[in-house]
Amino acid sequence: MQEPAITEKLIEAHGIKPDEYAEILRIMNREPTFTELGIFSAMWNEHCSYKSSKIHLKNLPTTGPQVICGPGENAGIVDIGDGQAVVFKMESHNHPSYIEPYQGAATGVGGILRDVFTMGARPIAAMNSLSFGVKDHHKTRQLVHGVVEGVGGYGNCFGVPTVGGEVRFDEAYNGNCLVNAFAAGLADTDKIFYSAASGVGRPVVYLGAKTGRDGVGGATMASAEFDESIEEKRPTVQVGDPFTEKRLMEATLELMQTGAVISIQDMGAAGLTCSAVEMGDKGKLGIRLDLEKVPQREENMTAYEMMLSESQERMLMVLDPSKETEAKAVFDKWDLDFAIVGETIDEDRFLIVHNGDVKADMPLSRLSSSAPEYDRPWEPTPEAEPLADVPQIDPIDGLKALLASPNYCSREWVYEQYDSQVMADTVRIPGFGAGVIRVDGTEKKLAFTSDVTPRYVKANPVEGGKQAVAEAFRNLCAVGAKPLATTDNLNFGNPEKPAIMGQFVGALQGIGAACSALDMPIVSGNVSLYNETDGQGILPTPTIGAVGLIAADEEPILGYARDGHVALVVGETTGHLGQSALLAEVFNRVEGDAPAVDLDAELAAGDFVRANRELIKCCTDLSDGGLALAAFEMAEASGVGVQLDSDETPALFGEDQARYLVACNFDQAEALMIAAGQAGVPIATVGRFSGDTVKMGGSEAALSELSSVYRESFAGHFA
Amino acid sequence: MKAAVIVFPGSNCDRDLKRAFEQAGLGVEMVWHKDTSLPKVDIVGIPGGFSFGDYLRCGAIAAQSPICREVVAHTERGGYAFGVCNGFQVLTETGILPGALLRNANLKYICRTVGLKVETTESVFTKGYGLGDEIGVPIAHHDGNYFADEATLDALEGENRVAFRYTDNPNGSARDIAGILSSNRRVLGMMPHPERAAESAHGNEDGARLFAHLTEVLSDA
Repeated sequence: MQEPAITEKLIEAHGIKPDEYAEILRIMNREPTFTELGIFSAMWNEHCSYKSSKIHLKNLPTTGPQVICGPGENAGIVDIGDGQAVVFKMESHNHPSYIEPYQGAATGVGGILRDVFTMGARPIAAMNSLSFGVKDHHKTRQLVHGVVEGVGGYGNCFGVPTVGGEVRFDEAYNGNCLVNAFAAGLADTDKIFYSAASGVGRPVVYLGAKTGRDGVGGATMASAEFDESIEEKRPTVQVGDPFTEKRLMEATLELMQTGAVISIQDMGAAGLTCSAVEMGDKGKLGIRLDLEKVPQREENMTAYEMMLSESQERMLMVLDPSKETEAKAVFDKWDLDFAIVGETIDEDRFLIVHNGDVKADMPLSRLSSSAPEYDRPWEPTPEAEPLADVPQIDPIDGLKALLASPNYCSREWVYEQYDSQVMADTVRIPGFGAGVIRVDGTEKKLAFTSDVTPRYVKANPVEGGKQAVAEAFRNLCAVGAKPLATTDNLNFGNPEKPAIMGQFVGALQGIGAACSALDMPIVSGNVSLYNETDGQGILPTPTIGAVGLIAADEEPILGYARDGHVALVVGETTGHLGQSALLAEVFNRVEGDAPAVDLDAELAAGDFVRANRELIKCCTDLSDGGLALAAFEMAEASGVGVQLDSDETPALFGEDQARYLVACNFDQAEALMIAAGQAGVPIATVGRFSGDTVKMGGSEAALSELSSVYRESFAGHFA
Repeated sequence: MKAAVIVFPGSNCDRDLKRAFEQAGLGVEMVWHKDTSLPKVDIVGIPGGFSFGDYLRCGAIAAQSPICREVVAHTERGGYAFGVCNGFQVLTETGILPGALLRNANLKYICRTVGLKVETTESVFTKGYGLGDEIGVPIAHHDGNYFADEATLDALEGENRVAFRYTDNPNGSARDIAGILSSNRRVLGMMPHPERAAESAHGNEDGARLFAHLTEVLSDA
């Protein structure tokens, strides 16, 4: 088949800028072929190359004694003792989910699961962070249903418990929803698999599902802004098959036991191209592929289509040739394709041959590690205007408004569509703080959380970035877990705008500072830029996924408040209302500065909670909605009323950081206050749990009434 | 005392069921769906999950697997069998148990702990409970809406073969049925997952009695 001629229009359609094309000409010393142009476009787009972000990502803390493998591989790896490791990462699937919500979200989950089991880890937990437009926007309801069903449809069938996540609504996401999927797996530290190829002349093996035309050009699409033509891009969204993924996982883990795997890489964005280049580049080898050997599900596929297809549930592996028969038997057992499609070669070359014709012949190393890098101009976000007076509000009215809002009502409607208990190791299901699972066959437990407050990040990227990490830290400490490490999913608008780039740079500065101070190094992550529609950017949304460990001899903090318990707040309350949930939901004002994050105070409060776990019956962090919302949520989860002494709006709804709400009996409260005094951590009694009402100062309502509002709002808005 | 747990491609609660059996004291052998014979066991467990992706119809393709001929023969010989969730769907698709599991009435997947009422203690599976006991057991399914014609439902009730009913029907099941027994009372199929409520770490041990009692009876046999 004749390949199209290279024209300016074709180059532009591939998202390649004129200066980048000039670089291509320099590298190739000739005009690229159509297939080569496609390969450059796949490797050099923002999604795969991190060309705008790399220079700033370098400054993040990524090391620590607990870190076995930091960013750069399929997922990060963290030591959890006893020869075991937790392997995790979070990744976005924003653009595909907006275009085709079910499949976009489903394949987002599939992609992140594959990243985890590619490294030899069995997935044991999933989370997802979802951001949608406002409920009245015409797309929102359809997106909520489609995305939630897609996440559930894939994860439930695959068989990984979804133990946490976030759902938020803001008009900034009207034209560009966010779907950030997190997965964690468990591996033995001596059986971890990496992507760097080694050895010359070794077979390159294609595993899993067949290649079709779905997803051709997906990564390039994901690196462009949206406009009214998005419907035309639907064919670039891949179609997921969780049943095949489940078999691929079982077969891959079984294959790894045979010793046949030299290196392995899943086919995600830019499919065969990206996986082959990664393996070659990391191993400093070349790769030759013979495309007629690629298992194909459609007829007459061209080299271009095969190299750019994003068909799901596929892997590429470098095989120990002496184990070929054994390896093939494993894939035969699971009825999956196993085909030798090429070999490693001893030169810097990416050679693509189709039916004897050379379709691409390019220097492999120039595609990945020396891809373009930009130091884009950026301007710091201006300091926020000081907050004008906030009127005092009846506390129950304020609370009810939050409970009725799509942003702060119960997410039951969402998480009940996800299997949260498959594998029968779930200790705490979603709904109240971090999810907790037991490490199969041990008494150790892992806690998972995903956090960010985009309003804060927009008002003050540095403090907002810190806050996302600090909140994750608190959610882990609140269940008694030692925070171990972090994955970041950085969703921003168009990086070519200095103001957006300024948000990115500021947020990374905050995230880096917090991860250092709280000893939660970043071990993996993903950057999603160009989240804009018709020039309107999303709220800067650097989602932080974090994992904590509860040792075998430690008790988690998973109890509930009981009648007669004292309510205490650990940490200092000053009543910061800027950018608060109350201000946004009740007064419709998005104003003021984000709360400042004192990282020393965070560390001290978190250490204090963990160290005094035997005195604490129930614990939650204070975040959006402040004390009022946290106290209600604790009371609601515990089935007991709560009476808070204060009726002051700032004290009840302020969002000061480094705070926890704790419930315990009177003697324990006394001991806790003494311990806090010794540790120099502020602590105060703020009320008690009893009866069947929620009372704040003189304002009161039945718990059951508030509970109905809280539980029924989501379905009321979206079902 | 030994149990077999059948593994289909797409089974994902096979390890969970194995652990629940083991914790109750049973030895467990995992049996691949392409196998053509069952090991010598006292009970066959058919686990939850999405056998063959739930494509075509939940449990329909699994029911055609080679091993299912052996499972049918085993139950026809009077052997014990226990199917959870997808396992229940497989049992109905093989005809070992009557009826079918339709899509949930709200058309959504539902994962939550539901109340079950123990409707009969006349089986090895339910003897550990008191008649009328209310227990909490998690469900996790898209197709758990039990359906059978009126005559079959009447017969199930007339023969005291309804093992569990939902106290607050989550999925539209006919007559709130959550689990049923075979006519010889040696096969139980149920949508809820007792293996997810079987240890203190689960925060709920209401399902543990089912496994514990099963082991007791089988060891006496």
